[in-house]
Amino acid sequence: MVNKRYLVRRLFLMVLSLFTVITVLFFLFRMVPGGPMAAITSPRMNEAARQAVIEQYGLNEPMWKQYLLYMVNVLQLDFGQSFYYGESVSSLVADRFLNTMSLMLTAFVISYTVGTYLGAQLGWLRGTTKERAGMLVVLLVRSTPVFWTGMIVLYLFSFQLDLFPLGGMRGFEASYTTNAEKFLSLDFLYHLVLPVFTLCTFYTGLPLLLMRNNLLEVLSEDYIDTARAKGLTDRRILLRHAARNAILPVVTAFAIAIGFAVGGQVLIETVYSWPGLGREMVKAALRSDYPLAQGAFVLLSIIVITMNFVADLTYSYLDPRVKLGGS
Amino acid sequence: MSGETAQPMDRRETEIEQGWRRFVQNLKRSAVEQGRIFMRSRMAVAGLLILVFYLLVAFVSPYVVPYEPYERVYTADGSWAKLQPPSAAHPLGTTEAAHDVLTQLLLGSRIAMFVGLLGAFMVAVIGTTVGVVAGYYGGWVDEVVMRVVDVLYGLPFIPFVIVLVTVLGASVWNIILGIALLYWLSTARVIRSEVLSLRERPYVEAARAAGASDFRIMSVHILPNVIPLSALYAAIAVGYSIVAQASIAFLGFGDPTIPSWGVMLQRAFVTQAFGTAWWWVIPPGLSITLVVTGAYLVGRGYEEVVNPQLQQGQ
Repeated sequence: MVNKRYLVRRLFLMVLSLFTVITVLFFLFRMVPGGPMAAITSPRMNEAARQAVIEQYGLNEPMWKQYLLYMVNVLQLDFGQSFYYGESVSSLVADRFLNTMSLMLTAFVISYTVGTYLGAQLGWLRGTTKERAGMLVVLLVRSTPVFWTGMIVLYLFSFQLDLFPLGGMRGFEASYTTNAEKFLSLDFLYHLVLPVFTLCTFYTGLPLLLMRNNLLEVLSEDYIDTARAKGLTDRRILLRHAARNAILPVVTAFAIAIGFAVGGQVLIETVYSWPGLGREMVKAALRSDYPLAQGAFVLLSIIVITMNFVADLTYSYLDPRVKLGGS
Repeated sequence: MSGETAQPMDRRETEIEQGWRRFVQNLKRSAVEQGRIFMRSRMAVAGLLILVFYLLVAFVSPYVVPYEPYERVYTADGSWAKLQPPSAAHPLGTTEAAHDVLTQLLLGSRIAMFVGLLGAFMVAVIGTTVGVVAGYYGGWVDEVVMRVVDVLYGLPFIPFVIVLVTVLGASVWNIILGIALLYWLSTARVIRSEVLSLRERPYVEAARAAGASDFRIMSVHILPNVIPLSALYAAIAVGYSIVAQASIAFLGFGDPTIPSWGVMLQRAFVTQAFGTAWWWVIPPGLSITLVVTGAYLVGRGYEEVVNPQLQQGQ
C-alpha cells in the first residue's frame, strides 16, 4: 500500500522537478542568439512601437525581476502571448494538448492490448522457431525510427494506394462546434488510422516483451504445475492462471511509457502534419516564437513528471511487496 | 625524512603496483573468458558483424565515394539529374537536388557511428561514475544525486535537445551534449542499486579494514563488478543515440552541411519526394534500423555472458 510519508515526499519531488524545469527553461530561452528581442521587434518598427513591445514583455527589467515576473505568471498558467499567432499561449497549448493526447492514447490502448495478447502467446510458445521468428520481428520493428516507418506507411497507403489522407486531422469541408463532435467524427477517425497504425508498430514491442518475460517467470511457479495436474486445458492455464499474474508490470509500464513517449510525439506529428503539442513547439522554435515554445515545453514536462508520479504510485499500489521510501 | 620511514613506504607502493597488475591480469582473463561465451551466441555475433560493417564503411567511405555529397549531377543534355531512379551510374538514384544518394548514404554512416559510439561512451562513463559514487557513499551524497536524477527525468528528451540546439546552434556536438545530459539517468540508477549491494560484500569490508582508500575500493573492488552492466547499457545507448541524432535532424535541427541519414530523410520529407523516390527513403532508414538492431543484439549477447541464468534459458 501507499504510505503517506512516501506520498508527501513524492509530491514534493514533483513540485521541485517542475520548478527546476521551468527555471532551466527561463534561462535557456534568454540565451537565445540575439535574445528574445530579436524575434519580436523588426527593423521596420518605429521607436515607440519598439518600446511598447519591450515594455509589454518586461524585457527592459533586470534579469532577476524578469525571472520573478515570469514565475508569477507561470503560477497563474499565463505564458504570455504567442508572437506568431497573437493569441494567449495557454489556450493554444491546451488545444494542441488534446490533439496530442487523442493520438497518443489511442495508439497506447491498442498497442498495450495487442502487445499483452501477443506477448502471452509468444511466452507460451517459448523455445520454438515461431517464437524466435516473432522475437526477431519485434526487435527489428522496435529498432526502426518511428518517423521513417511513418514515411513508408504514407508512401504505401497514401501515395501509392491512395486510401488514406496524407496528413492533418480533418478534411477540407469538416467543421465542428464542440470538441466532442470533433473527436468523435468519422472524418477524424479516418485521419487517425495511419498515425495510430505507425505508432502501434513501435509501441507494441514493450508490452509484448514485458508480458513474454513475466509469463516465462510465472510459468515456472508451483501453482501452474498444480493447474496442469488438475488437468486444465492449456488455454485455461494460460488465460486464467498465468496471464493474470504476469500482467501487473505491463500496467505500470503503461504509465511510465506514456511519460517517456510524450516528448517523442513530435516525430509522428511532424510526419502526419498532426496539429499536436510537439509539432507546435518545433514550429515555434523555428519561428523564434519563444513564449509558445516555452509554454509547449512546460506542458510536455508536466505530462512527463505527472506520469512518472502516477507510475510510481501504481507500482507500489499494485504490488504490495514493493516498499517505497522505507517503512 | 629518514631512511627507516622511507623503507616501508616503498614497500607499500610496490604492493599497490602488484595489486594493480593483478587487477589488469584478472580483467584480461575475464575479458577473454567473456569473449568466448559471447561468440557462442549467433545473434550476438550477427549484431557485432553489422556494427563492424558500418564502422568499416564509416572509415573507408570518404576515400571511395565517386561524388561529393552535395555535388550536382547532370544528365547528358545538361539538365539536373533530379530524382533519377537507380541506374548503373547511380546505384541508389539521385535526390531532388540532383545529388547521388549512395554517396550521401555511405558518408552518413560516419555521423551515425560517431554519435552512436561517443554517445554510448558518455552514457557509460557518466552513468557509471555517478552510480558508483552515489551507491558507495550513500547518505546525503546518494540522496542529492538521486534527486537530481529524478528531476532530470522530467525533461522530455527531444524537446529538450531542440531547445539546446535553438540556443547553442545546430551542430552534432549539441546533440551529443543533449545525450550526455539526459541519457545517463537509467544507467546511473541501475549501477547505483548494484553498488548498494556490492559495498556490503565481505571483500569490500576486508579492503577497508586493510586501509584501502575510498577511491581504491571504488575503482579496484567495485568498478570491475559493474562494468558488465555499464557495457550493456552502453550497447543499448549506441542505438538510442543514433536514433536521437536522426530524429533531431529529421525535425530540421541537424547540421545540413554534413550528410547524415537523418538529414537525408528530412530532405526527402520536406520536398515530398518520398511519395515517389523510394530509393532515396529506404536506404537511410534501413541503415538506422540495422545499426540499432546490431547494437542491441551485441548488448543482449553480452547480457547473456554476464547473467548465467539467461544462458540456461537458451
